[in-house]
Amino acid sequence: MSTMNEKITEELRQKARQLLESGRVAAFLGYASGSVPMVMRPFVARTPEDADRLEWNSFCVLNLANYLPALLKSFEPPRRPNEPPPQGPLPKVGVVATGCWSRNMVVQIQENQVERERLVIIGISSRGMVDRKKVQALIAHRDVTAVKEGDNTLVVAGPGFEEEINRWDVVRDNCKSCVHPDPVIFDDMIGELKGERDLPDRFSQVEEIEALSAQERWKWFTSEIQSCIRCYACRNACPLCYCPTCFVDDSRPQWVGKSIDSVDTAIFHILRAYHCAGRCTDCGSCESACPMGIRMRILTKKLQKDVLQLYGIEAGMSVQEPLPLTTYKKDDPQDFILTESLKGEKK
Amino acid sequence: MNETERKQGEWEPKIIAFLCNWCSYAGADLAGVSRYQYPPSLRIVRVPCSGRVSANMILDALRSGADGVLVSGCHPGDCHYISGNYYARRRFAILKRFLEFVGIESDRVNFSWISASEGEQFAQVATEVTERVKRLGPARHLVKEF
Repeated sequence: MSTMNEKITEELRQKARQLLESGRVAAFLGYASGSVPMVMRPFVARTPEDADRLEWNSFCVLNLANYLPALLKSFEPPRRPNEPPPQGPLPKVGVVATGCWSRNMVVQIQENQVERERLVIIGISSRGMVDRKKVQALIAHRDVTAVKEGDNTLVVAGPGFEEEINRWDVVRDNCKSCVHPDPVIFDDMIGELKGERDLPDRFSQVEEIEALSAQERWKWFTSEIQSCIRCYACRNACPLCYCPTCFVDDSRPQWVGKSIDSVDTAIFHILRAYHCAGRCTDCGSCESACPMGIRMRILTKKLQKDVLQLYGIEAGMSVQEPLPLTTYKKDDPQDFILTESLKGEKK
Repeated sequence: MNETERKQGEWEPKIIAFLCNWCSYAGADLAGVSRYQYPPSLRIVRVPCSGRVSANMILDALRSGADGVLVSGCHPGDCHYISGNYYARRRFAILKRFLEFVGIESDRVNFSWISASEGEQFAQVATEVTERVKRLGPARHLVKEF
């Protein structure tokens, strides 16, 4: 009997092949297996034959929305910076989307980075992706040469060992605390929609740190980012980061020092996370891409929690709803404003 | 705190104040011409609107050795650009909570609304912020040693 993922892979290939054969899309963005086990490679299928290389499993951790703006642009005729976009319909791109990726696509649509009309989205309700670092920790960092996936288990094999692992034990933290596994926009679905998950404690990771004193929090923050080598993999894996010149590359003014000095690294991580405020969908790409195992996702999760608490908005849930920081209400909470709190004290 | 300051005994914090051109900067001006006394700790940077102030600037001030930051703009509804301070309010609310989360003391970064007619309030806020920062002592966390 074939597993869930094998069925999805089969259906995905079939749908992608149809789209490419009919000429409805110029390319299809999905995943193909790479040269290393547990690491999938984002893959652009450009011919119907390519579609057979597409694959679906629990290691599709990088957010595909990240590649959309550049991929769409590659199908436009070249033009100067101020030249108007070409008239008439432009080639479309097909893409696979789970809950968080589709929400990132919504954010990109709201921020005018991609056009909805140019996307053909194949939705898959996510079962959570596996954190390869957790698997490696479980098998004591031995070399892995092959991983076979069942529906609820992973069989990890290497030279001289073979171990079965419960899949949910190694699912990424962001997937475990995810409440929106279903794609919010899609043209076609593979499998059923699962509905929202009910998780009252989804911010528990953040709350644990909030409970600490300021000094302890600073200690936690600095020790967490201590090993950062400033490779910017977290930025590059992020579908929100599409600025032509990133603030870290600016040299006039230079907002962030480029060394691995602890202050420079701290400011980089604060600003990188802050730029995602009200936009982050907690897809976990940053953390999955990090070669040093830094858990910088807790920072964006904190921002997500505050935005939800203060303004009641979650990023990317609907194309109509504006992003929280691009809008305002006249009665937004302002007790943090000094003059307002002083007024309160006087009364 | 450098050696000379330590010798003088009393440490005076350095506070960078981003004041909007239309309200708070004029408020600071009024505090001056009305001869209200306030501590000499503020270094004022005039900005077109509180909405102009980004997290980059606030962190850059802290990195460059400021002990505290004050951002002040027009009262909600009074913005010269109609809504600049409303957007700023959302951004600052998030930023302040976030800086607290990574362990920056909450009194280091302050926000206020001061109109052009509130010279006295400006002096009050300047005094209050200076006192709060003094209580915290010199900034350590994000100061870069060049």
